[in-house]
Amino acid sequence: MYRKTSTEILRDGLAAAWPICMGYFPIGMALGVLGQQAGLGPAWIGLMSVLVFAGSAQFIAVAMLDGGASATAIILTTLVVNFRHFLMSSALAVPLRGIGRRFLLLFAYGITDESFAVNMTRFRAGNWDRWRALVVHQTANTTWVLATILGSLVGSLIPPGAFGIDFALPGMFIALLVLQLHGRAYIFTGILAAGLAVIWKLLIPGDSYIVGAAVLAASGGYLLRRQKRLRETTG
Amino acid sequence: MSFKHYLLILLGMGAVTYLPRLLPLLLLSQRQMPDWLVDWLELIPVAILAALLAPTLLFDGQSGHIDLLRPQLWVAVPTFLFALKTRSLGGTVMVGMGLYWLAGLL
Repeated sequence: MYRKTSTEILRDGLAAAWPICMGYFPIGMALGVLGQQAGLGPAWIGLMSVLVFAGSAQFIAVAMLDGGASATAIILTTLVVNFRHFLMSSALAVPLRGIGRRFLLLFAYGITDESFAVNMTRFRAGNWDRWRALVVHQTANTTWVLATILGSLVGSLIPPGAFGIDFALPGMFIALLVLQLHGRAYIFTGILAAGLAVIWKLLIPGDSYIVGAAVLAASGGYLLRRQKRLRETTG
Repeated sequence: MSFKHYLLILLGMGAVTYLPRLLPLLLLSQRQMPDWLVDWLELIPVAILAALLAPTLLFDGQSGHIDLLRPQLWVAVPTFLFALKTRSLGGTVMVGMGLYWLAGLL
């Protein structure tokens, strides 16, 4: 595996992580503000960000804590909301094949929608390795933890939505989606996933549409590809 | 709420977040996966990205209904075209943010 100096690894990782950090910052601040309103001080919300590190689950947990939900209900909801990481972790096993368990124990902690999308795109393009991917994870994590703490300290003083920063993560997802379109099977899978997600969300409330639409669409794309290959080999 | 009770909730949340992140990676990375699984997993990133993105552009967060007039949706179109043309991640983020900011001023 290709490695350069640790400074270069750090620099590459930071260069890949900045759009994630820019998106995490306002969202983390917003979570901090909500936490503070729900009676969770900076230390409490910071501890949650360190131990859980999952944006949407944390927003839901803060709302549930505020509403006096039971521990069981909060933990079960977190499990359901974060189940999509199961798919991402599976996909990451392909570029990280044969890597030692100790590295994976640390690496797994930082898997999020955003870091997954960035790292998979980079792995696919080449010139990427597990250390650079780990820098992306830890940079995003640090930003998230600090942003939530800062939000709970001073967040209410900053006007929301400044400089279009709310579009940082959607913008990054759009670019990463485009970078993932490597051929017809990928384009087909993306369109199918988008359509299925919208229909699924209309029919079934909650977050199940993410995993549901992704699994169905990837299977559809896989079948399309296999049909094409079969036709090529027999015809 | 006591700190002990809060910590217990956090540890539970942490466990159910960490395990789905860890277990597939730990189990699948240590063995030769069948070709069909590798092929299928290759399509997972594009599928997850599209499944995450499309509803955030179309649905209004508060009401949970589809809103075709959302600035997010209309800003996404030129942002997508810019990404297609330049294939630049940083540039797309900046252009998207700039357009979204301008849309907010209108």
